[in-house]
Amino acid sequence: MATTSNQPSRGTTRTAASARPPAPAPRQRRSHLPGDGTERAAVEERARREMLQDAVRDAGRRQRGASPVDILAPHHDRGPRKRTRIGADVVCEALVRQGADVLFGYPGGVILPLYDVLADYPEIRHVLVRHEQGAAHAADGYARATGKVGVCLGTSGPGATNLVTGIGTAMLDSVPMVAITGNVAAALIGKDAFQEIDITGITLPMTKHNYLVRNADELPRVLAEAFHIARTGRPGPVHVDITKDALQQETSAPHPDEADVVAGLPGFRPNLDGHPRQLKLAAVEIARAARPVILAGHGVLVARAWDELRALAEKASIPVAHTLLGIGAFPEDHPLSLGYMGMHGWKHVNRAIQSADLLVALGMRFDDRVTGSVRTYAPYARIVHVDIDPAEIGKNVAVEVPIVGDVRRVLRGLLPLVEAVAAEARGPYLAELAAWRRESEASSWHGSGAWRDGLLSADFVIQRIGEATGHDATLVSDVGQNQMWMARYAGFRRPNSHVSSGGLGTMGFALPAAMGAALGRPDKETWAIAGDGGLQMTVQELMTLVQDRIPVKIALLDNHKLGMIRQWQELIYAGNYHSAHLQGPDWRKLAEAYGIPAFEASTPDEVDGAIAAARAVPGPALVHFMIAEEQNVFPMMPAGKGLSDLLEEWQGADE
Amino acid sequence: MSPDALAHATPAHATPAHATPAHATPAHATPPDRAVPGSGVPHRHVLVAVVRDRPGVLNRVASLMRARNFNIESLAVSHTDRAEMSRMTLVVHGDDVAVEQAAKQLYRLIDVLKVQDVTADPTVEHELALIKVRISERTRPEVVSIVEMYKGRVVDLAADSLIVEATGTEAEVDALVALLRGFGIKELVRTGAVVMSRGAGSIEEAVKR
Repeated sequence: MATTSNQPSRGTTRTAASARPPAPAPRQRRSHLPGDGTERAAVEERARREMLQDAVRDAGRRQRGASPVDILAPHHDRGPRKRTRIGADVVCEALVRQGADVLFGYPGGVILPLYDVLADYPEIRHVLVRHEQGAAHAADGYARATGKVGVCLGTSGPGATNLVTGIGTAMLDSVPMVAITGNVAAALIGKDAFQEIDITGITLPMTKHNYLVRNADELPRVLAEAFHIARTGRPGPVHVDITKDALQQETSAPHPDEADVVAGLPGFRPNLDGHPRQLKLAAVEIARAARPVILAGHGVLVARAWDELRALAEKASIPVAHTLLGIGAFPEDHPLSLGYMGMHGWKHVNRAIQSADLLVALGMRFDDRVTGSVRTYAPYARIVHVDIDPAEIGKNVAVEVPIVGDVRRVLRGLLPLVEAVAAEARGPYLAELAAWRRESEASSWHGSGAWRDGLLSADFVIQRIGEATGHDATLVSDVGQNQMWMARYAGFRRPNSHVSSGGLGTMGFALPAAMGAALGRPDKETWAIAGDGGLQMTVQELMTLVQDRIPVKIALLDNHKLGMIRQWQELIYAGNYHSAHLQGPDWRKLAEAYGIPAFEASTPDEVDGAIAAARAVPGPALVHFMIAEEQNVFPMMPAGKGLSDLLEEWQGADE
Repeated sequence: MSPDALAHATPAHATPAHATPAHATPAHATPPDRAVPGSGVPHRHVLVAVVRDRPGVLNRVASLMRARNFNIESLAVSHTDRAEMSRMTLVVHGDDVAVEQAAKQLYRLIDVLKVQDVTADPTVEHELALIKVRISERTRPEVVSIVEMYKGRVVDLAADSLIVEATGTEAEVDALVALLRGFGIKELVRTGAVVMSRGAGSIEEAVKR
């Protein structure tokens, strides 16, 4: 504080004056439609359009540039540089060989040798993020949307530690990722050098494998192994830490081919085909079951087994429930689709599981958010569990028929053994599930009823986004209520169209992950659906969207709350709302400051118009949905309770 | 099962008990709680792991056991006669399911080549202990005779102390230590168990190459 000691009273007065918050402006509703209403709205609309045209022109100029070298490094020597091959070249060559066309990164001291050669590899598009966490989530979103390995890059020390949350997110959700960090020169390791941290020690328990490379000659092998490990078997993140001198050393070491890589990893031979005896047992279980349910998890998507899953469900007329990360494995408009299970799943789905006599679990891990209390979980069910990771089988629940293998190859082996059952033969069972479903969808808590008070209900917004995009867009959620609303109400039909941080539950995930998803699948519209809490965690990536012309549409579900925190405090902590209320910026001004057109909706009849306006923008756009402030996600299974103990009351209105 | 049988097994009104199929629990019974893996009776297990001799592999194994909430009672690490291959012997406490889970988690490490739970196998299991015991003119013959009885050796002798080298199973070493405690143990170090299966089988040869 710039107060001198002989003027205490003046200083105090000044402090008090500056600390006083500005008087809250009356909340104004502005129209999102051009020409619809006041003169002021029209002026704003015109300004927005001009801004947008500038941005488009700017991007066009950049894309039409003479060469990538001009764009990325205008001060670089023109023409081919005469220089030898160094470790940094090996990294770029490896990325090109592995088909990594997008690299999300942030430069820093020790990683600069890599940035010095990056422009010589125009096949690689480097996206400069605003924070390394964004790079890791973007690589993650890219990997989830495409099924390919996502790559992120950071420098040593803080650059590396900022990647950690994103690496952990990928680990818990089995996402193939290679994270590359620089480290100080080998001779300085262990000396507490500037920006030195034991990053391989930090990432060790949260990666599938990690490496510290001190010698450029090792780089070809290490990078080939890293990509192989990341995508093979149960995918996961692999971290490669490279010393600065290794990046700078000359090397002529050749890149190994895939066979050499496999031979060099004797401890890594995932079992892909299920044991034939186990497949027969599974077929017998399915034939004997009267009330079977298939539980489809992320493994179905990872193994690209959606066609096989559909074939199994249709052949034996088995209804399919899905986990959070299994969304998209089975189209939700299919007659055999039951829906989303678990803590915030549909009541009819959880009822079906609790009354099932057989669960066929495919590529899922009986997470606590899926089972609730294991003791009372699916009490009548025998379990067939297919997973590629033997450690998942028997970890959380004991199973009758374990099958270790790739879901696709297991299902291909299983399908001929399964007896066909016509839907009519399961008539009473399927009719009962359908009746439960009607009851569940029609009940008063469905969507939790915020519309009754004339408020904008988040489930309605999500539903309209799903419908407006033809259920084909890639939707990326943040974590919390928005995540559950998206899982329940968007209506997914396409594999890999749902992206969400399930295992680690990382707030701030949506925006950067959507960035990666949009670059991975430019043929699909991409929406980031986030709450006002999560969006404020990584909001700086808005600038990345603008600078790199990434056409992500952002649906901000703003309730001025950490909504899921508030919900738990209401239902479990007797209404003690500590730190649940959260102020946000003027979102429209913020977006426009970044150069992103913003639209608003605060009543149900404004929703479609706002969505359409955002979709009409060629680049990124933000829609600010002012949703009911105290809407809960129902039903809810309180932590530690069982799937049969669901809370399902709308209690927000009188708070 | 015929379609008719399916229909009989699934009445339209559904409480879970009525929905129970014929081969499961009787309809009138409340189903027993589902077992929670790892909640059985814990006992001592001996795991042998063959790992690649890479920097950090000990850290990976130790870190995994800690992160997965397994307590390592002892851990012995050494080279094998094969290049690039090291061997670890882990003694852990847990129920059978939990220890099986620990072994499966170890397999997730890229550098782990083979894991065997040899608890129930016929094995030779030994550890080595060095015990520095306080002695006097009067107690020295008594200590030496106890050590001889347990097939230990005195490897260092000073005026008022001696060092005993003892090998044997954990129980044998425990017994000797208990006897020597009465004289005053100044210092004790134990290597932890190393173990090898009896017969011609070899875990090193079982590693796929």
